[in-house]
Amino acid sequence: MTNPYLVRSLADIGIDDRPTAGGKGASLGELTRAGLRVPPGCLVTTSAFERAVQALDPAGAIRREIESLAADAADDADDYAAVARVTADIRRRIEMAALPEDLCAAIAEGYRALHREPDDADAGAPVAVRSSATGEDSGDASFAGLQDTYLWVRGADAVVDHVRRCWASLYSVESVSYRLRRNLPERGLAMAVVIQRMVDPRCSGVMFTRSPSTGDRSVIAIEASWGLGSAIVSGDVTPDTYVVSKVTGEIVKRSVSSKLRQHRMNPGGAGAVDEAVPADLQDRPCLSDDEIRLLADLGRRVENHYGAPQDIEWAISGAATNTGENVFVLQSRPETVWAGREKGPVAMPKGKAFQHVFDRLGGAAR
Amino acid sequence: MDQKGDIRSFPLPSQVADVPGAEGWRSMYPYFTRFQPEDDERFWFYNSMHFPEPMPAFDTITAEVPYTAIGANTARVFAFPTTLGIEHRIVNGRVYITAIPVTEPAEIERRAAIFQERAGYYYENWDQLYDGWKTRIQGLIGEIEAITVPELPEFEDIDVVKNSTGVAQNHYVRENYHRCLDLYSKMWHHHTEFLMLGYGAYVVFFEFCKKAFPEIPDQMVARMVAGVEVIMYRPDDELKRLAKLAVDCGVDDLFVEGCDPAEVLDALGKRGEAGARWLAGFEEARTPWFHVSTGDGFYHHHLSWNEDLSVPFAALTRYVRKARDGESLVRPTETLVQERESIAAEYRDLLASEEERAAFDQMLGLCRLVFPYVEDHKFYCEHWFTTRFFQKIRAFGELLRRQGVLDEADDVFQLHHTEVDAALADVMLAWASGGRPLGAAHLRPIIAERKRMLGVLRDWSPPPALGPVPEALNDPAVKMLWGITAETIETWSRASDELDEKEVHGYGASPGVVEGTARVLKDVNEIGQIREGEILVCPVTAPSWGPVFGKIKAAVSDIGGTMSHAAIVAREYGMPAVVGTGQATKRIKTGQRVRVDGDRGVVRLLD
Repeated sequence: MTNPYLVRSLADIGIDDRPTAGGKGASLGELTRAGLRVPPGCLVTTSAFERAVQALDPAGAIRREIESLAADAADDADDYAAVARVTADIRRRIEMAALPEDLCAAIAEGYRALHREPDDADAGAPVAVRSSATGEDSGDASFAGLQDTYLWVRGADAVVDHVRRCWASLYSVESVSYRLRRNLPERGLAMAVVIQRMVDPRCSGVMFTRSPSTGDRSVIAIEASWGLGSAIVSGDVTPDTYVVSKVTGEIVKRSVSSKLRQHRMNPGGAGAVDEAVPADLQDRPCLSDDEIRLLADLGRRVENHYGAPQDIEWAISGAATNTGENVFVLQSRPETVWAGREKGPVAMPKGKAFQHVFDRLGGAAR
Repeated sequence: MDQKGDIRSFPLPSQVADVPGAEGWRSMYPYFTRFQPEDDERFWFYNSMHFPEPMPAFDTITAEVPYTAIGANTARVFAFPTTLGIEHRIVNGRVYITAIPVTEPAEIERRAAIFQERAGYYYENWDQLYDGWKTRIQGLIGEIEAITVPELPEFEDIDVVKNSTGVAQNHYVRENYHRCLDLYSKMWHHHTEFLMLGYGAYVVFFEFCKKAFPEIPDQMVARMVAGVEVIMYRPDDELKRLAKLAVDCGVDDLFVEGCDPAEVLDALGKRGEAGARWLAGFEEARTPWFHVSTGDGFYHHHLSWNEDLSVPFAALTRYVRKARDGESLVRPTETLVQERESIAAEYRDLLASEEERAAFDQMLGLCRLVFPYVEDHKFYCEHWFTTRFFQKIRAFGELLRRQGVLDEADDVFQLHHTEVDAALADVMLAWASGGRPLGAAHLRPIIAERKRMLGVLRDWSPPPALGPVPEALNDPAVKMLWGITAETIETWSRASDELDEKEVHGYGASPGVVEGTARVLKDVNEIGQIREGEILVCPVTAPSWGPVFGKIKAAVSDIGGTMSHAAIVAREYGMPAVVGTGQATKRIKTGQRVRVDGDRGVVRLLD
């Protein structure tokens, strides 16, 4: 990569790079660096964003325009009309403005480097272009869903265009309103963009490395359905569920549901389509036992890497496998529900081991 | 199951009707085993784990004496804070039990102080006390083995005169009979001496694991604790050794399916040096390892392998075939130890904090300290001692037969132990007077009637529980040994409420799913009916059914917890097991196709 400060490989990024990689980018980089199978990608850093904004708006007019809105936040923050007027203009300017030549070249090269065969890139090998705002997924402020993600983007020129759209989404009505309501500062606001090889999932889903129903840390719970994981998140489908013991690797529970809907990549354009699952697939389990074990193993590795239970999005592309080469991590966050409920140790050591028995048989501690 | 207002209840003891044709069952059992009107207010459960069959009159001693001993130890010796002893009642030949709880907080506190001093002493000195225990229990075994039954010859031996012992043979009829009962009682006191403390340690660890890992299967907790060099496996290991010896000596051709043990032994005697070598190995194994019961020692017909060689020989035949095929019969103890350690290490790692890990280490350590006793005492007590005890009582029966009182020696078991006392007094008097014992005329019709009644009672399906369901079931022994918890009672009541006729629910005691043909055995004596590849369905699987486990595909029982021997052996053999179903022997028929799901604890009826 010509300029590591503008575009970096995900493999060179770690969780400490949040300020320049954004939440999603830092997390994906961390997972990549840990040797986990993340779709290969590169990251357009916040430095690139800042450089582009600098070129477009050397006097800092954009920030001042938003801050002027912020000044009236008390009266006017919910006034969509005013916010919409200002943001529409800013977005248009960011999306239209030509980028500095070296920045264009760095993004194009980052894109090409994702593909083993350079010819692919010329032919327009598809990638996902995903926003990665600083502060996103940091636990205290969730920007979930506020910034754009574009799937199935082909060719270097289109990739550059979509990077600009991601940047512009920082100034969408929703994003700006969100910052205004929460009094989040405009100064220092930046956005990185992840460019990742497209995975067209046969099935995908989520995985908790502890039981979502009891908090048990010795099991991994997997939910899976056909196509994209958004079908599960949106509640359009009742997924298959599996529970795997971390200790023995045995699949201790499995329930295969009727999966009537699926979200699939829309190869013609961006985004996904919601469609009926073919009748012969509806009641079929979407994971083989081998795949369940591969996923559980992946879950353990991610958990071990972070040292805490995780909430993981995953996808499996292509045909069934028992080697894991097509099992991908798309995202991992710390599990928060049960982590927040933990009430101290189940038992404390005692002076003598048998005092535990006294407590139990003495009719005291239950 | 009735709903009375908000109180859920099983049938009340007073509502249990006499089984038609066996209305006279009360005549077999002493008055203190009868349900009283006030017993309707308590919750009782059928102890089908220990007493899966109607009780012959003598065999009630296997309830009376153990409950005398266990209560003495919990209530009086160690002063367990929240529980006194266990009461038992007999109805229609079946034993129901309940524990008497201590609920008054001040009383619990008072007992707790006493308990801590006493239990603490045992825990602190466990290994040393357990060594002493082994010496004492083997002493008792030596004593019971040494007891003689007087011959009552026409004339006393000349030594009685020359040594001026002054006491004639008939005296020793009673003394030695009483001695048998006394030793049996002592054995049970020792049996229960460490038992509840051992279970206490296990329950504490079990509950810790369930809190830390709410979804941990019971069997995983058991596997972290279970020993590998367990004495109860030894008889089976000896058979494997003998199988290999048969192949090594080149006498393996004699061990064919269905062979008669007496004929095989006879033929071995004619096989020269090779045969002699095998027979020497056989004799070596028999003492003490063939003093294992074909049942679990709670009925007189639970003979030892030594008394009924057909059980060990059935397994031997199979092992010989395997040994000939070059299959290793040695239990992979190292692998088993490694598995156990790695499971424990994995769960330990998954705990949330160093404090939890330290507590886990303490509790697991305590379990492993007490477990050799928990696992091994059965061999000494229920097997070795008890089969010897019943042999001696049978020998007194033989005396009664020789004296013309009984038709056959085993009829002695149709008499309560106090009635045997009377029958022996009659014989002692008759021998002394030169008259005729009056028992022949008096006892024979009684015995015939009792045998008939037991036959009728055998077909009765006792309710799994009686009386109102308690709010909480906290007794650690009940929970662990019988696997009875609030959920069990739920399962039982479901079984009587719901009509999912295709499923029997219990506890998954050993994982895996298989389909096969059921073989329902209500009695350990039917063990010979089991065919290769069948699924065993029984009231409770007794520890020494080991040989059968080599033949079957899965095991299902009415009663049993995860530490029941069925569960342990099934895991050892890697076959699915569902225990504690309450009703499997009632709902499943021999020959029926079933699917046993040891993961979920469900048996599905396929026909």
